[in-house]
Amino acid sequence: MISQFFILSSKGDPLIYKDFRGDSGGRDVAELFYRKLMGLPGEESPVVMVTKRGHHDDRHFIHIRHSGLYLVATTSENISPFSLLELLSRLATLLGDYCGSLGEGTISRNVALVYELLDEVLDYGYVQTTSTEMLRNFIQTEAVVSKPFSLFDLSSVGLFGAETQQSKVAPSSAASRPVLSSRSDPSQKNEVFLDVVERLSVLIASNGSLLKVDVQGEIRLKSFLPSGSEMRIGLTEEFCVGKSELRGYGPGIRVDEVSFHSSVQLDEFESHRILRLQPPQGELTVMRYQLSDDLPSPLPFRLFPSVQWDRGSGRLQVYLKLRCDLPPKSQALNIRLHLPLPRGVVSLSQELSSPEQKAELCDGALRWDLPRVQGGSQLSGLFQMEVPGLPGPPGQGQSTSAPPLGLGPASLSFELPRHTCSGLQVRFLRLAFRHCSNANPHKWVRHLSHSDAYVIRI
Amino acid sequence: MPYLGSEDVVKELKKALCNPHVQADRLRYRNVIQRVIRMPGVQEYIQQPILSGLRDKASYVRRVAVLGCAKMHNLHEDSEVDGALVNELYSLLRDQDPIVVVNCLRALEEILRQEGGVVINKPIAHHLLNRMSKLDQWGQAEVLNFLLRYQPRSEEELFDILNLLDSFLKSSSPSVVMGAAKLFLILAEKFPHVQTDVLMQVKGPLLAACSSESRELCFAALCHVRQILHSLPGHFSSHYKKFFCSYSEPHYIKLQKVEVLCELVNDENVQQVLEELRGYCTDVSADFAQAAIFAIGGIARTYTDQCVQILTELLELRQEHITTVVVQTFRDLVWLCPQCTEAVCQALPGCEENIQDSEGKQALIWLLGVHGERIPSAPYVLEDFVENVKAEAFPAVKMELLTALLRLFLSRPAECQDTLGRLLHYCVEEEKDMAVRDRGLFYYRLLLAGVDGVKRILCSPKSDPSLGLLEDQAERPVNSWASDFNTLVPVYGKARWATISKCQGPERRGLELPNTASFAASGPLIPEEDKERVQESSGSGVLMLVPNLQLTAECFEKAWLSLQVAHQQALPWQGAVHPDTLQMALQVVHIQTIAVSRAGAQPWKAYLSAQDDAGCLFLMELLWEPGNSAVQISVKQSEPRPEALSSFMSVLETVIGTIGDIKL
Repeated sequence: MISQFFILSSKGDPLIYKDFRGDSGGRDVAELFYRKLMGLPGEESPVVMVTKRGHHDDRHFIHIRHSGLYLVATTSENISPFSLLELLSRLATLLGDYCGSLGEGTISRNVALVYELLDEVLDYGYVQTTSTEMLRNFIQTEAVVSKPFSLFDLSSVGLFGAETQQSKVAPSSAASRPVLSSRSDPSQKNEVFLDVVERLSVLIASNGSLLKVDVQGEIRLKSFLPSGSEMRIGLTEEFCVGKSELRGYGPGIRVDEVSFHSSVQLDEFESHRILRLQPPQGELTVMRYQLSDDLPSPLPFRLFPSVQWDRGSGRLQVYLKLRCDLPPKSQALNIRLHLPLPRGVVSLSQELSSPEQKAELCDGALRWDLPRVQGGSQLSGLFQMEVPGLPGPPGQGQSTSAPPLGLGPASLSFELPRHTCSGLQVRFLRLAFRHCSNANPHKWVRHLSHSDAYVIRI
Repeated sequence: MPYLGSEDVVKELKKALCNPHVQADRLRYRNVIQRVIRMPGVQEYIQQPILSGLRDKASYVRRVAVLGCAKMHNLHEDSEVDGALVNELYSLLRDQDPIVVVNCLRALEEILRQEGGVVINKPIAHHLLNRMSKLDQWGQAEVLNFLLRYQPRSEEELFDILNLLDSFLKSSSPSVVMGAAKLFLILAEKFPHVQTDVLMQVKGPLLAACSSESRELCFAALCHVRQILHSLPGHFSSHYKKFFCSYSEPHYIKLQKVEVLCELVNDENVQQVLEELRGYCTDVSADFAQAAIFAIGGIARTYTDQCVQILTELLELRQEHITTVVVQTFRDLVWLCPQCTEAVCQALPGCEENIQDSEGKQALIWLLGVHGERIPSAPYVLEDFVENVKAEAFPAVKMELLTALLRLFLSRPAECQDTLGRLLHYCVEEEKDMAVRDRGLFYYRLLLAGVDGVKRILCSPKSDPSLGLLEDQAERPVNSWASDFNTLVPVYGKARWATISKCQGPERRGLELPNTASFAASGPLIPEEDKERVQESSGSGVLMLVPNLQLTAECFEKAWLSLQVAHQQALPWQGAVHPDTLQMALQVVHIQTIAVSRAGAQPWKAYLSAQDDAGCLFLMELLWEPGNSAVQISVKQSEPRPEALSSFMSVLETVIGTIGDIKL
């Protein structure tokens, strides 16, 4: 049971405020929440907070952060945190579906629509329904979109699924179209986006051995098709689930665990690896999978660091060689290497292997940006720093290659477009015939891997 | 404060409510009923529209009307519960529309709050279970929560229900999985193996949530992982890599992960975990670095040598925020694990240059005072502190300094006498803080009474290893937290929740009521709690071992020879247990060790004794032959009392089992 729901901008301005039960103090709750949030000491978790004002006004704030906004629910009961967090993220998706994309601008342009949605989703603080399908019968207001959508923008289509740097820089205009505001322009109606997004977390020991590989994958679908149209998604046939299953002749594409959305019909999955579903309009996670410890393809990056550390003069020299082990045709984008340095580093001189790279010191760490790296290529950077005031133990004044404490581990962030680390591919996306009344629907199938945590110890 | 509409609005609303066909337009109906919560003046108008709404053909109208009943009831709080309305709502639980069903449960819960909420009897429970698959995830999660208060009549029924629930453990929604898991844990209260099995099944979904993209979900999952680890320490050990932090994660997640790592450490992964934690100690964020150091300190209680080495290396960094925490960790460690004293004492010199804060200084001064005889430079470091005592800002540091210097004076009088004199003089004559001055005067008078007296008072034990052992033993049974699972309690942490709910006192009790005093399914829960308490007290009543039994070896021998063996048993045994560990563990349960052979002796023997409150003596011999995986136990009893003997054996078995698990 939720008492209130509100949306705050990143600066704490209330954009939306809804009181469901009429039992609690007014809008100042939103301000109270923001003050509490800002006043939190670093080590405390902001996920749940409690207010104490007298004996009968205890309220738990539970919030999520999404695209720079705070979506906050308050409750006075000892409720399941999982349900509430899930509800909040579902609301975020719904608002995204209806308003195009979730953001301060879109919310404030569509206040009426948001309230209308909230009225339908929650009654007296209880969830009624969150399915796009049921909601579309009741929602009258059209979304206000800031700029008209045009297919020409498709060159910069980002992924709606992954919060990558690319999508932050160039918001995907195609996918950030309101799902239901298409009455005016029927030509844009038939579009389907299918994204395979993988998050990669890797830990490599200082001797180069692999300590941990973890791939979290998702197949996400955003459909603008009329609801009820059936589609079939064919996955790579060698796709195996679990350690023991064997398929195809090759090594197969193996994942440890798979879970499907409840609307997916799996009758053809066993035989042909085909998922059948009738998606509602809007966004949907069709399938989630995890894979850990053995990856079929080599890791995308290897880092070969060498460190010269002169304790006497405090000079630290770090030579980093980065090798990209992707196939030669693929490339990685927006690579950023983050290397924490010992305290007190003052100056940096650098020699980089190509001009478009950039390296700088920030927050006691080295940041090395590489806009793109072609598969199979090798890049290097030589960094020299001064670390005064870090005296070593007496008697070891010589230059050593042992890294000083406080250096590393290096972490990489990157995106790999058109590449999945597990090797999973969507073979085809077929739509049932009957709904192709007007133009042939556009189908967009995209693959992307990006780093969650790619850590290399030095 | 409720929003009071203007008169026009109220009038308009009343007019709408008076329309006999208000529910014909469902959107309008919804709007009218939704606004009712803020309008205190319309009570008498809403009854009719809501009652006719309950019987409407459109399921949408029924949904609104059902919740409208709750609103209507809450509008005039003090009114009697309308029996006819309640009956109508109970019958609507059989409605075709799944949302109407869930809304009925919610409305009944609110209307019947005073009586303990909606009653889930057998037909309702099974009806709900059968409708589960028709509900969406929110409905499922909520119904699972309502089902918690149903108590199956027979074991057979219980397992039928568990079978029905099995598929929900595999749901793709974490809230449904957690709701189902909680129901399993509560229903299978008396079947620990079923509980363990369920926790195995939710491991996958929990781990997936822990690496979820939503930070908030990840946090909630981590809190629950910690909760599970309290009871099943090995549960996530093989997945320890999932809990390594990445630098982009927010602070609160990193701290939870460090706690989890600290709790799941075992022989196989300790090396990797420590290596990872060591990396965090140099993190840019001082808070996080300190948390990592404290975590290493926690692990050091079990894996002392490796951890002390890492901590010592950290001192070389000579950074204030690191040194102070390391020294504090050392202080706690020396108290709990005396075997590391030597290593700690060697690491301490030089630390004083890098400590500025009160906590760190206190820890360092304490260490110098208590273990000063092993640190050559201790008097001189303390002397420096005394030199600067005027500039010292924290009274607590001065107090610590007084005690430490006096302690050190007892072991190294020649080097400390002068300094101590100066410090006492300063404290008595110049100090403005009353507590410090009183402490100074107190020590001064104590010294006047003679050094022997001071020794008797100040030289307390320098460590208390049994404390650490006790903390390790605090493994809580699953049932102690099953009712908190999937609530806010693990997210806040038990301690914080206690303070929150204390302030919430009266309200909380109101919320608890449904569990204990629902009117049809009432009863069973309250007596059960009592029963537990009775069992606990009677359990300790049967066997109460006297804490400080002092039996000399001669008495033991005499008694041993004169008595017959009352009981013999073999217990599994790993061998090679350190005698100290055994002795400590036995002390905890008040069993006295008379004699033990050296570690590694073959065969290995131990003689133990204990006495219960009725005066009955227990004498026992542990005998372990090398190559044997069991220890032979013979017990003799001064009075033949079989029931006391059996409970004594169970105590002994627990202790031996625990030590066997520790595997030194």
